[in-house]
Amino acid sequence: MLSSLVEKKKRHLWCLLLLLVAPHPLWAMHIAEGFLPLPWCISWYIVIIPFLLAGLYSIRKKIRHNPRIRLLLGIAGGLTFLLSALKLPSITGSCSHMTGTGLGAVLFGPFVMTVVGMIVLLFQALLMAHGGITTLGANTFSMAVAGPLVAYMVYKVLAGLKSPQWLSVFMAAFLSDLATYAVTAGQLAWAFPGDGGVMASFVKFITVFAYTQLPLAVIEGVISVGVFNFLQNHSIEELKSLSVVKPVSAQSTCEPEK
Amino acid sequence: MRTRKVTYIAGGALLCIALVAIPLTVKKEAGFTGTDDKAKDAIAQTNPHYKPWASNFMPTFSDEVSSMFFALQAAIGAGIIGYGLGYLRGSKRKDSGNK
Repeated sequence: MLSSLVEKKKRHLWCLLLLLVAPHPLWAMHIAEGFLPLPWCISWYIVIIPFLLAGLYSIRKKIRHNPRIRLLLGIAGGLTFLLSALKLPSITGSCSHMTGTGLGAVLFGPFVMTVVGMIVLLFQALLMAHGGITTLGANTFSMAVAGPLVAYMVYKVLAGLKSPQWLSVFMAAFLSDLATYAVTAGQLAWAFPGDGGVMASFVKFITVFAYTQLPLAVIEGVISVGVFNFLQNHSIEELKSLSVVKPVSAQSTCEPEK
Repeated sequence: MRTRKVTYIAGGALLCIALVAIPLTVKKEAGFTGTDDKAKDAIAQTNPHYKPWASNFMPTFSDEVSSMFFALQAAIGAGIIGYGLGYLRGSKRKDSGNK
């Protein structure tokens, strides 16, 4: 009797805990249309402008330098299209999707993916009511600016530390996926602090968000490594011209960033 | 070398499948709704007075239609990847054939 009561109480406690955790994931891949106050929407649009211009400039420069990389750019863009269309179930019982921008950032540097990612987000906002035009600036910042920046920095740091190629690519894609969600959580927490303040809500979201996105980020890492290895086997000249991998003969001399 | 490569690819694929399959079997009762919708709910909870000030440009379609659009997006992406990787593989084979 007593034990069943305790058991019942325990179960209630669990339910309460679940209620506390489950309905609160304020992060999301994309912030839905209209779910960000107007000043925030405008601010995020302004924030992404320099990244977008840098991306357009960078694409033009890189294609002029080596026209053959257009194919790689297509592959990276295709990967972003593919991965961000797949909504996968995760351990928290909700669905989320990958970003696919990490690999492109490793190949082309951080800003090129801003352009590619924004095209994907525009496609989703216009056709599928996923994300939104008003929140496009904010969503572009999280998925196509912050994510790629993280991927690029992680890759460069790990490559500098002479980590194995596959590990660098994996960590870049993995962390850029997580970073995208972290930034989205931050954007929402910042705009909707609730009672506890920005930091409190952010910490809450970030701890919950990690669980949903963690397995998906691993999958994104695995896929990115697979595609990267294929490119390394079949398109090594282009990777060298993008200075993703160093020419074997010039291993010791550090190539300046182009 | 070749078997090692196959092992890696199979291992990666298995890992990916497991990461999707495990939550589906463990959390059968969960609805697996999108995180976006949960975010809307959460905003409504923490800020009950907030009213979304814009709605989607496109009318909301049924689940079938929107899943068609997602499938379309995935197909475009996969198609481009397939073309690109196939092109690279074909041109590499041609190069090595000429030598």
